[in-house]
Amino acid sequence: MEQFITHWLGSTPAFAIPLALASMGLVLCERAGVLNMGAEGYMSLGAMTAAVLTLTLGNPAIGILCAVLAGATLALVFGFAVVVMRCEQILAGLATMAVGLGIAGVVGRSYVHKSFEGLQPLDLPWLDQLPLVGQLLFHQDILVYLTVLIGFALWFLLEHTRAGLKIRAVGEDPASADVAGVQVQVQQLLAITASGALCGLAGAYLSVASSSIWVDNMVAGRGWIALALVVFARWEPLKALAGAFLFGAIEALLPRLQAIGIPAPIYLMNMLPYLFTIAVLLVAACSGSKKGMEPAALGQPYVRQDRH
Amino acid sequence: MSQGAPLLTLSAIDKSFDIHRVLEGVSFDLAKGEVHALLGENGAGKSTLMNILIGVYSADAGSLTLEGLPLIIGKPSDSARHGIGMVHQHFRLVDRLTPTENLLLAADDHPHLKTRTAARNALLATAREVGFTLNPDCPVGELSVAEKQRAEICKVLALGARILILDEPTAVLTDAEASSMLGAIRRMAESGRSIILITHKLREVVGFSHRVTIMRRGKTVAAGLDTTQLSIEKIASLMMGSSASSVAPSSTPDTTTSSLQPRGPDLLAIAHLHAQRDDGAPALTDVSLRVRAGEILGLAGVGGNGQHELVETLNGIRSASAGSVMIDGADALEFPPNQRRQLGLRVIPADRMATALASDLTIAANLSLTAVVRGRFGRFWLNRRRMEREAKASIEQHDIAGARPHGRMGLLSGGNAQKVLLAREIDSGMKLLLAHSPTRGLDIRASAAVHQRLREAVAQGAACLLVSEDVEEIMALSDRICVISAGKITGELPGDASAADIGRLILGHE
Repeated sequence: MEQFITHWLGSTPAFAIPLALASMGLVLCERAGVLNMGAEGYMSLGAMTAAVLTLTLGNPAIGILCAVLAGATLALVFGFAVVVMRCEQILAGLATMAVGLGIAGVVGRSYVHKSFEGLQPLDLPWLDQLPLVGQLLFHQDILVYLTVLIGFALWFLLEHTRAGLKIRAVGEDPASADVAGVQVQVQQLLAITASGALCGLAGAYLSVASSSIWVDNMVAGRGWIALALVVFARWEPLKALAGAFLFGAIEALLPRLQAIGIPAPIYLMNMLPYLFTIAVLLVAACSGSKKGMEPAALGQPYVRQDRH
Repeated sequence: MSQGAPLLTLSAIDKSFDIHRVLEGVSFDLAKGEVHALLGENGAGKSTLMNILIGVYSADAGSLTLEGLPLIIGKPSDSARHGIGMVHQHFRLVDRLTPTENLLLAADDHPHLKTRTAARNALLATAREVGFTLNPDCPVGELSVAEKQRAEICKVLALGARILILDEPTAVLTDAEASSMLGAIRRMAESGRSIILITHKLREVVGFSHRVTIMRRGKTVAAGLDTTQLSIEKIASLMMGSSASSVAPSSTPDTTTSSLQPRGPDLLAIAHLHAQRDDGAPALTDVSLRVRAGEILGLAGVGGNGQHELVETLNGIRSASAGSVMIDGADALEFPPNQRRQLGLRVIPADRMATALASDLTIAANLSLTAVVRGRFGRFWLNRRRMEREAKASIEQHDIAGARPHGRMGLLSGGNAQKVLLAREIDSGMKLLLAHSPTRGLDIRASAAVHQRLREAVAQGAACLLVSEDVEEIMALSDRICVISAGKITGELPGDASAADIGRLILGHE
C-alpha cells in the first residue's frame, strides 16, 4: 500500500505540472480581461518545439527555452488580433489554437515517436535523503520546482505589486484604468504574452520532461482542462496550482490502479478528469453565492472612443 | 483670481459622434486660481468638452493651450501629467479595488505614492483637508454613491491636480455636505488651483464661481462672463434660450394637486424590515413605512445610510433578513422582481444605466423591454414595426431630444435617458412608484419634467416613495417626509416641514 501511494504521488507531477503552468498563465491573462481559448495550441507548439530541438541539438535547456519563445510568439499573434485589432476573443483564441496544433503537426511529423534524452530529475542535496517525503518531494526535475516558484511569484505579482494592480484593474474596469493612466493595451499584451510563454513551457514539460518523446496530439485536451481550472481556481494563481495538483493526482491514479491489477474500464477511467472537471465547475458555481471572482471585463474588447 | 494670460484655453473645438454634431466651435478659457462654472442643459456638450480636455475623446478640430504653449492630449495619462484631473459624474473607480488601490493605480507619475501605506496616508490626509470621512480599505463597489464620490475626489486631489474638473459634484450630496464641499472648492482655488465646476444648480454658480461659461446645443452662448455681473435669472435665460420662465414653478411645492387629492389605501406597507449590506453589516434596522395611494412619501437622508439597500430590498434584488413588505395588500417579500412588477411596482433606480437601462440596446428596445416581457409585441415573433412605432410615439410624447428609435441608448445624455426610463416605468399598470434620486445629474428643465411626471402619476392615484439625498427635492414634492439615518427611520415630518427641521433629523443620528 505504501508503495502504491509513493508511486502514485511520485507520478503526480508528470500530470500536474502542464496543467499548473497553463492554468496559471491563463489566470494571468484572464485577470487582464482577456479570454484566451488558444492554450491547447500553444501547448502543442511548445511540446513540439522542445522535442524537435532537443532531438536535433541534444540540449533540453535550449529546447525548453525555444518552446517558451514559441508559445509567447503565437500568443502575441493572438494579442495583436484581440488587443490591437479588437477581434472577437473567442474566435481569435480558437484560430490561434488551430494554428498551433497545425504547426506542431506539420513541423513535428518527421520527429514523431523518436525518443531522446529529456530532462533529468534533480536531487536537492540533503532534502532528498529525508525518509518518505525525500524521494517524493525532492527527487523531481527542475521544472517542478520552477512551477511552484512561478505560482508564488504570480500570486505575489497580482496581489502585492503595482504591476499586478494594473493588470487586475484592466480586467475589472478598463475604462477606469485608462483614465487612471494605465496603458490598457500594453498591460493586456504583456499578460497575453506571458500566458503564451507559460503554455509553451507547459507543452515543453510534456515532451521533454515527462515523456521524452514527441507524438502528435500529445497535449490531448489538457489546454481545455487548464481553462476550466481557471474557473475552479477563482482566478487565483495559487488555487490554480493546487487545483492542478488535485487534477494531476486523479489522472495519475489511473495507470497506478491498472498497474496493481484493478479491472477498471479504460474508457471510463479516461473520462475521469473530464467528469471531475464538470463536477468541479458545478461545485464552484453552486458554492459561489457571493458574486463570482470573475474579472468584470473578461472577454470584452476595450475601445476608448466608443464608450460614453 | 488673477488677471492676465489664461492658464488654459480651448479654442474652436468641434466633435461629432457618428452623424451627431456634439460640439461646434466651442471655446473656453481658465485662469489660475479661479472657479469657472460651466453651465448648460443636458446634452449641451459640457461632458464631451471636458472629456476632450482630459483625453477620453479626441477633438475633430480646434486647439488647446496650457500656459501659452500648445497642449496635445491623446490619452488620459497625458492630461494627468499636465496636472488636469477630473471627477466624473460616473465615477472612474475600479469597483473591486479599494480607494487606496485606486489611488495606487493612478500614481504612475507620483513616486511618493507608490507604496500602499503612502497612498493610504495621502488619501486620508486629503480627506481630512477637505473634511470628508473615508474608508480607504473597503472595496469601492460596496460604497454608496456619495461615498464613492468622496473617494474619487480625494483620489484626484491626492494626485495633485492643479486644474480640477468637477462634473456635478454636489448632485449626490445633501445641502450641508454640498456647502462644505463648495467651501472646500473655494479653498482649493484660493490655494492656487483652478477649478472647472460643471453644475446645474444656479445658486452654486452665483455663490461660488468667479466666472461662467454657458453652452447650449453644442455651442458657447456666453464665454467667461464675470459672475458678479450676473443674476440667476440672466443665467437661466442664457442657458435655456427663450423658455426660461417655464421652469420657474419647479422650485416651489405644487400643493394644489396633491393636497386636494383624497388619500387612498396603503399601496406600500413596510413593517420591521431588516436587511444587510454586501459585507454582512446591518443596512436596515426595523424600518417601517407606509405609502398611501395619491401621496408622495419623501425619504430624506445622507447617502449610504441604507437607502440603496432599501430600494434593492423593495425591488426584490436583495433579500431581507426580517420584516414584511406589502405591495397593494399582497405580501411581496418572497416575490421575485417580476411578480412585484405584476403587483404594480415600478422602479427608478439611482444608477439608471446600471440597473434599469441597457446602454448597448436601441432606445426602442429599452422603451419596450418590460412590455416585451409581458408579450405585448408578440408571444413568439417580435413585432418590431409595432415596437418602433410605439417607441417613436413615446419619444415625441415625452420630448426626448435627439432620440431616434434605432439610436443606441448609451449615447443619450442623462436627462434624456431618465425620460426614456420614466416613459417606460410610468405605465397603466403602475400602482407604486419607487424613485431613487430621480433627478440626480439632471439639469433644471429635465428635473422639472421628472418632478411633473411624479406629480401626475400620484394625482392619478399611484403611490410614490421618493428616496432622495436632495432635501430641496424632498421638500418640493413630498406630502409626508421620513428621514433615514444609519439604517433607521429617525422621524416623520409633514410635507411642509422646514429644511432646518429635516436637517436636524438627518444629522441627529451622526
